[in-house]
Amino acid sequence: MAVNEPLSLDDLIAIDSLLSEEEKLIRASVRRFVRERYLPRSAELFAKEQFPTDLIPMIAEMGILGGSLKGYGCAGMNSVEYGLALQELEAGDSGLRSFVSVQGSLAMWPIWKYGSEEQKQRWLPKMAAGEIIGCFGLTEPDAGSDPAAMKTRARKDGDGYVLTGTKMWITSSPIAHLAVVWAKVDDGDASSIRGFVVERGMKGFETPTVHGKMSLRASPTGEIVLNEVRVPAENMLPNVQGLKGALGCLTQARFGIAWGALGAARACFESVVSYARERVAFGGPIAAKQLVQQKIAEMAMEIAKGQIMGLHYARLKDSTGITPVQVSLCKKNNVGVALEIARSARGILGGNGILLEYPVIRHMLNLESVYTYEGTDEVHTLILGNALTGHNAF
Amino acid sequence: MKILVPLKRVADPDNANKVKIPASGATIETTGLEWKPNPFDEYALEAALRLTEDGKAPKVRAGEVVVVTFGPKETETTLRAALATGADRAIRVDAADDKLDGHLVARALKALVEREKPDLVLMGKQAVDGDSNQVGQILAEQLDYPMATFAATMKEEAGGLLVGREVDGGVITLRVKFPAVVTVDLRIVAPTSVYSMKTAPAFKYNDGVRFAALPAIMAAKKKPLAEVKLADLAADQGLRVTYHGFQAPPARKAGIKVKDVTDLVNRLKNEAKAL
Repeated sequence: MAVNEPLSLDDLIAIDSLLSEEEKLIRASVRRFVRERYLPRSAELFAKEQFPTDLIPMIAEMGILGGSLKGYGCAGMNSVEYGLALQELEAGDSGLRSFVSVQGSLAMWPIWKYGSEEQKQRWLPKMAAGEIIGCFGLTEPDAGSDPAAMKTRARKDGDGYVLTGTKMWITSSPIAHLAVVWAKVDDGDASSIRGFVVERGMKGFETPTVHGKMSLRASPTGEIVLNEVRVPAENMLPNVQGLKGALGCLTQARFGIAWGALGAARACFESVVSYARERVAFGGPIAAKQLVQQKIAEMAMEIAKGQIMGLHYARLKDSTGITPVQVSLCKKNNVGVALEIARSARGILGGNGILLEYPVIRHMLNLESVYTYEGTDEVHTLILGNALTGHNAF
Repeated sequence: MKILVPLKRVADPDNANKVKIPASGATIETTGLEWKPNPFDEYALEAALRLTEDGKAPKVRAGEVVVVTFGPKETETTLRAALATGADRAIRVDAADDKLDGHLVARALKALVEREKPDLVLMGKQAVDGDSNQVGQILAEQLDYPMATFAATMKEEAGGLLVGREVDGGVITLRVKFPAVVTVDLRIVAPTSVYSMKTAPAFKYNDGVRFAALPAIMAAKKKPLAEVKLADLAADQGLRVTYHGFQAPPARKAGIKVKDVTDLVNRLKNEAKAL
């Protein structure tokens, strides 16, 4: 029987018909960057638990860091352009995309949104240039999904604050020059929470690395230990108070993740299709087996749906705006399907699926973190449940 | 320095299996093809940008790079990508893909060179679709310009270039005076291949073609892109090349498994006649 050339995911979804010329060029440029500079090293970086800091200047040069922000040396991309860039980065590795998300959405965005003009001038251009790396301290060892339970405290002391506490699971903290840290002020409740820019070199600020991760191994994760760190008042973000400051950052980052995760899914899909067409079992390629085709068809369906949903909400974000509930829908759906696709792909690859020689196991392990961070899958379920029923089930 | 870089779009070499030939064999089916810039032309653009900047401060332009392509409206995508990568200005010569051949393109380029008066025409050694490898040579002949082909290195000097060409057993270095035509080979994008007079001799580029920065992609639509009619450049639009037929490469036969070394040697000797 004649075997035809497989239809590509791009041709199936035909998303190109909905993209501007600039959007397609941005996708092509980042895709080439990942293919030429990241993928040849991806397995080794993962195996050796290394982040490619040497790529930071190139990523900055391309305008990706804080790419969705306007002014202060940032590229000012629209949400689709930024989403496409993140998707291509995550087709490389979720760790690479995490670095960019944290720098742009969690470290630069709060300064851009809640900071004073002096703070923006002082930090944002250097962060866009990759000269200052940032991280974001909200989660604590005993406060993850419930950030209002945070124990980190800022005590007003003269013309500054003294910060004490521990933040956990902080992407990029071991390599960061500054941390945007959220703390309750003067033993207040959640409404007293303030954001502080804590800089490397301040006495009592340490960022021990978390080792032994079986996921996001190419992204440095650490703690932020604040042992009576004196932070001058001019490092406090003046324009937000309460938990909504930190949650605003998360809304930004989560939307990027919803786009990014589909990049990892696509990488798994492409790996599986090419493998299944080559791999022979029971006298023929396994791509000709119905069980395999069912899995491949379902992968393509989920990627197509997630992609079109992401595009719809990105356009809406730039026109009338989107709500955190809509962002939860995107994050929960797209990360959930990406993880399922990666697991299913791992199965089709059989024993080869556990080798780093193929990208699938790496993406599968990475996506376990993506599923849990930036609002666990369950948190997004409850956000949606609350919105859809009117009953808060947290 | 002013450099003219001709670019051609080609069917994506990574998706060559999308190229279809109808049963008549009279043409190549171009609908549904993904187009990419010819890789050697991308190398020429990278080299042109390197010649018109100081490698350590590439955002400041020190010269002008004008890109030109021949084709219908949609080939402007190729030009926009080049503008996003750093070219300063673009020209599209409006033409139908199947009404062009290398000689006509060279004749039209000659007229364009006479208008634009670049110091240098820098182009890929060949396009990876037809592999003709002739436009640069014909153009240099028509202009009566000095020419260097298959350039692997270029060093700017006053009024010209030192061009290194890789040949069997070594490297030939040619000194060409401006104005000139140079065609480039793939090693022209190695880290130490191209030096403008502004770039320090110790400077090393990243290997390969630079990535279009995202703000530059957005700014590219504001860069000038002019349209010129082919008739304005070439009164005679006659073609020298006629195509008699197209044929897909024969499908490869399935391989066989040999049972041991003796069998292998036997088949190599008696069937393949390779020993």
